[in-house]
Formats: sequence, C-alpha cells, structure tokens
Amino acid sequence: MKILTGNDLKTGAVTWWDGTGWSLHVADAADVGDDADAILAREEAARRVNAAYAIEAELTASGVRPAHIKDRIRGLGPTVRPDLTLKPEDPDAVREVI
Amino acid sequence: MYQYDHYDQAMVDARVAEFRDQCQRRLEGKLTEDQFKPLRLMNGLYLQLHAYMLRVAIPYGTLSGAQMRALGNIADKFDRKYGHFTTRQNIQYNWIKLEDAPDILADLAKVEMHAIQTSGNCIRNISSDHFAGAAADEIIDPRPYAELLRQWSSFHPEFSYLPRKFKIAVIASETDRAAMRLHDIGINIVRNDAGELGAAFYVGGGMGRTPMIAPLINGFVPLDQLITYSEACLRVYNRYGRRDNKYKARVKILVHELGAEEYTRQVEEEFALLIAQSIEPPFAELERIRTYFDEPAFDADASDELDRTDPDFAVWSDRNTHPHKTPGYVSAVISLKPVGGIPGDATADQMRLMAELAEQYSFDECRVTHTQNIVLPHVRKADLFALWQKLDAAGLGTPNLDQVGDIIACPGLDYCSLANARSIPIAQQISQRFHANGKGEILGELKLKISGCINACGHHHAGHIGILGVDKKGVENYQLSLGGSEAEDTSLGKITGRGFDEAGIVDAVETSVDVYLAQRQDGERFLDTYRRIGMEPFKEALYG
Repeated sequence: MKILTGNDLKTGAVTWWDGTGWSLHVADAADVGDDADAILAREEAARRVNAAYAIEAELTASGVRPAHIKDRIRGLGPTVRPDLTLKPEDPDAVREVI
Repeated sequence: MYQYDHYDQAMVDARVAEFRDQCQRRLEGKLTEDQFKPLRLMNGLYLQLHAYMLRVAIPYGTLSGAQMRALGNIADKFDRKYGHFTTRQNIQYNWIKLEDAPDILADLAKVEMHAIQTSGNCIRNISSDHFAGAAADEIIDPRPYAELLRQWSSFHPEFSYLPRKFKIAVIASETDRAAMRLHDIGINIVRNDAGELGAAFYVGGGMGRTPMIAPLINGFVPLDQLITYSEACLRVYNRYGRRDNKYKARVKILVHELGAEEYTRQVEEEFALLIAQSIEPPFAELERIRTYFDEPAFDADASDELDRTDPDFAVWSDRNTHPHKTPGYVSAVISLKPVGGIPGDATADQMRLMAELAEQYSFDECRVTHTQNIVLPHVRKADLFALWQKLDAAGLGTPNLDQVGDIIACPGLDYCSLANARSIPIAQQISQRFHANGKGEILGELKLKISGCINACGHHHAGHIGILGVDKKGVENYQLSLGGSEAEDTSLGKITGRGFDEAGIVDAVETSVDVYLAQRQDGERFLDTYRRIGMEPFKEALYG
C-alpha cells in the first residue's frame, strides 16, 4: 500500500493522511493508491501539512507498517526515549518498529 | 566572555524581528515552504524526523551561567525538558514548534545568543579548545582570536553563499583538543624562534563522506594579518570551490584537486592584493576584545593540595580534571555520558545546576566540548570535592573522560532526517557492556565515536574505534573502523571489513578491545597498540 506522511506546519509533529485529514497515528494511515501527487499538492497548498511525501507500507496484523525503519521511527518517536513516544506505556512498541 | 556591544545587540534583535515576520508569513501561507526553508535555515531551524529542530550557536563553546540557565529554561518552556550538546560545541532542541521559534530566539537574544549561521553555506560557529584560557600547556588564550574571527565572519556579505558550509577551529597549544586539522581551516597559534606569535594555517580538512586531514599551507602568519589571510583563503575557495556537485563542494576537495601547493600559491597571491587594502581590523579592536577574556581574579594563595580520602572522588578527580595554568586550580569536566545514557543530552534541571555551579565555582564560566561534555574551566582544588558531590547527586559525576564510555554519538536515526541508522542505542549498549564486564576500568584512554550516516557528525573517522551506521537494504548495518585520531597525531580510521548488525557491532567492539588487552605493552593506549601491530590481528579476531 502507499501512504502519505508529513509534518504539521505549526508544530512540526509527524502526521499521516487518513483519507480526510492528517492524523498523528500511523495506524490511521489510508492507502492512497495512485492519488498521492494530487493529495500532496492540495494539502500543501492548504497549509495543512509540511514537507509531505508518499511512502510504501504494508498492512500487517498489528496495523499499518511503513516499509522503511526511518518512517517507522517517525511514526512512534525516538527509540531511545520511550517516554517521548506516542506509546509510552507499551514496552513492546520500540521493539516493533526496529 | 565575549560581550555584545550596541551593534551586536541591535543586529540580533533585528534578526529576531525579521524572523518573527517570516514565520508569521509562512503560517499565513504568504510564503511557501520552498521560499521559507532557506530563511528558517539561516536561523538554525531545521525540520527533522519528529519536529522542528533548533540549533543554537555557542561561540567556541563558551557560556556564562546566565546563558546556560537560559538554555535550560528554553528546554523547559519550549521543548521537552532537555537539550542535546553537539560535536560543534552547540546545543540542539529536538521538539520545537514553528510558532514558538521567534520567542525562543528572543529569549536567546536577551542573553546575547542566537542561532544565526548554524546552518547554510556560510562560516559556521568558530570552535576552539574547551580549556582555552585555563590550560597549563597553551601559549596564549586563543579565544580573542576566535572572537575576532566570529565577528569577521558574522554576516560577512561575501561569504554568506559559499559553495558549501565552512568550519574554522582555533587552538593555541601543541595538544589539539579541537580536532583542528579536521576543519576547513584549522588555526594553531604558535611561537616562532624569535618568540613572536603567529598562526599556522591548515586548510582543507574535514570528515564527511571524503575525510581528509588538512595540510599545512602557511606555518606562520603574523597575528596582525590573521583576518586578511583568512579572507584570502575564503576568497580562493569562494571563487573556485565546486558549486556543481554538493558532494565535492567543500574546500577539502578544492585543496585536494588543486594540490596544497597550488592552493597556497593562489591564497598568497590573493593575500598580496588584500594586504594592500588594509582590511585587517585595527589593533585597538583586538585589544578591546582581549579585555573580555581577562583572567579571572584567581586566588594567589589557593591551596594546591587535594583531599583524596573519598575513593570515588579520587577516581573522578584523576579522570575528569585537567591541569590549570594557575596553581591551586583545575578545569573540571562534567561528563554528559552516564552509563547507558544518551551522549550529550542534558535535562533542563541539569543545565540550571551546571549554571549555578559555574557561577559558584568557576568564575561564572562553562564550556561545551566537541566531545559533548561540559567544562568548568577554573575550579579551586579546595572546592573540587564539594563540586563533585553536587554533580554526583545530579547524575553528572560519571568518571569516564576519554574512557570507552565517553562516546561521541550523533543523534542518528532516532532524530535526524539524514541518518541511515541509529547511533545512540549503539553507544548505550557499548557503555553498558563495558561497565558491566568491568573492562571499562582497565582500558585507559579509548575514544569511541559513532555516526549514523556518512556525514560523520559523530566523528567516526577520528575514533580510535569508529562506527558508521549504514542502510543495508532497509536494515541498519554498522561498519567498524580502527586507528583514527582527532588529536595532534591526527589520523583517519581504516575499515576493518564487512559490517555488523546491531548486536554484532557491540560484540565486534569488545572483540577489538580484547585484542588490544592481549597485545598491549606497558602504557600503551588502544591507539598505540593498533599503530604498532596493525590491522591484521584485529581482522583475524573479528572475521577469522
């Protein structure tokens, strides 16, 4: 599947295109198929996202998993600071992105 | 300490106002990201993996207590209660909101700081010896010259759009504590046979994807020609440095392709034109600057004795202090490398504590080292035990300066958008491994450096043991190199062979260390043994 990610213009937070807007959670990411370029152009112009791009991902039993480790780390947060990730209570979260 | 005059403060305040307007226009959609990006980068604001990142300039790593406290307060108010001290003697904040960036710059300006020229193809923060003005072995305090270069290079109109970024280091001792020959220009202030002071210019060093050790191009430039000669070096680079290929745009490539002799000839030719134009700042200006760095009022009666009764304190004082030029004083190094910690990170509370300790024990001064530690340069030996107790209580008393646990590591793939692999977890595991097995206590000096990509922010080329993270078909992989040094015996490490996975690289480091332990002779450091026995015994142990 192909998904879109970028950063929130104001806060810089990592966001994922969920089909209608931008979510903080990669689990919400929607498959955009061949529409990536059109969505990116529209959303950048509307200033709802910054520096957005399309990436490959797969749908696994535990949800959407970006193909590259860099985007998986973006989706969670720094592996060396579990307390600052989006899942600070989940002891397995870091292991799952590596 | 450097001090802003009216012009400095006015320029920095104006820049804050300008950037506030630029941010507002970006948020309102009047600027596109393509238009805004070069503007934010000129103010040190990057977009990294998780958020905006702000890099703040710390001139030659020098901070007053008030400045260190302000950095802590910014971490509290605008970030997630910590900051990361870098290998360029700067600090980075990792979780910045665009809408907050102007307010942060305004807070910095109140304590004579900014983020100007911490990015872009310009002359970056001037770096120097973190023991400058204190070291027993320096021939003169290099900071006035570093400050002169800072003032010359700030907003220099001719050098604001160089082919690539440009880094300058200034030292004034035979011992190199600033990786001087791995800079675009390395300046070593020396004394000639007649007793006169001058500057030895080394040009064309650097790390990155093409590491090079800067050759000496002029062994003695009189100090009253320092700026003119620097200008000549930059002019030749600005004129002929490659702009067609980002990866070949640094001055090291120009010097390499022209040859040091031809580059020097062109610099000398340019210098002859410039010297006739009298662009050197007047001597009175240097004297004015020099007064900012007057010696503190040292206690002439300070005791040179040290009570070493406490064994933990004795270890720390042996490892984490450096001889001072004034009897009764030492420079104390605060390790930001606790066992298993994140190299270079300090919490807001730790920054405020270090500010307080700098004010109380070190004449209101602290320094950031390129090895990501903090120095209190002027501590009375009589105060050292009390200082250590306060540091230790705050998790800042790790006795590991220049030991295997004192690892340089770039932010790596945990934070950096350029990285290919994580650096910090490797540093943490190595630190924990050598603490747990006790070998860290018997190794002596061993400088281990880790970069998460070929840009080499973690100085891996110059590590006695260096580790480079690479992307191998989407999986983190780590190359091991041995034999690098960024000290006065500068050398570049050599890759041992094929890379290792995350667990394998930690084992590989231990295997290399075991070879050293088996083969070392009296007094040899890891680097000395490597240089004596060569790569083969290590390869044999690593790969069979």
